[in-house]
Amino acid sequence: MGDYFDDINSMVIDVLKEIGNIGAGNAATALAKMVNTKVDMTVPKVKILEFSEVPEMIGGEEMQVAGIFFKLSGDLNGSIMFVLDLDSAYSIIDLLMPREVKELDEFTMSALKEIGNILSGSYVSSLASLTNLKINISVPSLAVDMAGAVLSVPAIQFGLMGDKVLIIENEFLEIEASKSTKGYFFLIPDEDSYDILLSSLGVSL
Amino acid sequence: MSKIIKVGMADLKVVKYPDALTTLGLGSCIGICLYDPVTKVTGLAHIMLPSSKAIRKNSNEAKFADTGTVKLIKEMKKLGADPKRMVCKIAGGAQMFAFSSGNDTMKIGARNAIAVKEIMKSLSIPLKANETGGNFGRTIEFYSEDGRLLIKTIGHGEKVL
Repeated sequence: MGDYFDDINSMVIDVLKEIGNIGAGNAATALAKMVNTKVDMTVPKVKILEFSEVPEMIGGEEMQVAGIFFKLSGDLNGSIMFVLDLDSAYSIIDLLMPREVKELDEFTMSALKEIGNILSGSYVSSLASLTNLKINISVPSLAVDMAGAVLSVPAIQFGLMGDKVLIIENEFLEIEASKSTKGYFFLIPDEDSYDILLSSLGVSL
Repeated sequence: MSKIIKVGMADLKVVKYPDALTTLGLGSCIGICLYDPVTKVTGLAHIMLPSSKAIRKNSNEAKFADTGTVKLIKEMKKLGADPKRMVCKIAGGAQMFAFSSGNDTMKIGARNAIAVKEIMKSLSIPLKANETGGNFGRTIEFYSEDGRLLIKTIGHGEKVL
């Protein structure tokens, strides 16, 4: 088999979109519960991009972003990363604990990790129940740095398989404040796990 | 007029004086900078992985330290550079996310740095500067005028090597 995403067909895209949709729906619900306000989301966009296009999408290689990274283990091995730009990070933190000062201190960092944890956790549990696979998620690890540097981690992991990256873009909308937050999920199954994932969903490349 | 030319991820570029090269937001990847001080031919490769071997999809030479270095030198020779005079500077190879349990793919930055150092040793190209490791990103600018390497970070200062 060649590059996974060169061969990817529209059915696979549809399935991944559906996972994205259900996962993000649950993530939005979890977030709404956590902040005790109504949180909605748009239909996620599933994109398959060249390496070079990924930082552009988030605002350029030097744009400061927060990446919350988790390892996946069990029936499916790999990792998942949730990325958002710093403005989005601050507005999501504001939902959780409104603060005057916009700075990344210990509180802010652990709040970010927790938000990432809830979102990725509900995403992964949707994936697990949809596929009937047992998937464990690790503790979160946070990096706040240039987009290029943070995104090099999933890019390298996808790089073992091909030259393209799969991204699920989610937009969360806080109804009352009508503020929107854009976040990006990178689902990165290990090479062998990719086949496991797709076959458990009943699709093949 | 001198230009500053951008090198993307898994990409490489070669210029002559007075142009310069840059790559933005290096994380675990490594920027391999080669310079011939006589002809002022300057090359930069932004590699992602240590080795093209044991990877099924390895057609993009610039993605790997081994094939990227070979291609970079070949392109520099076309502009008149002599590998015997070349010096090397490297930056990047960070570990952006920390995990307590050891996992190879998480330590890819360090493995990239080791691979590049070994390649330079085997080619007898002296490693003049090594700004690798840590847990932060780096933007680099490499100047053909004198082979100086400018490194910019967020929160970890700026330096010239």
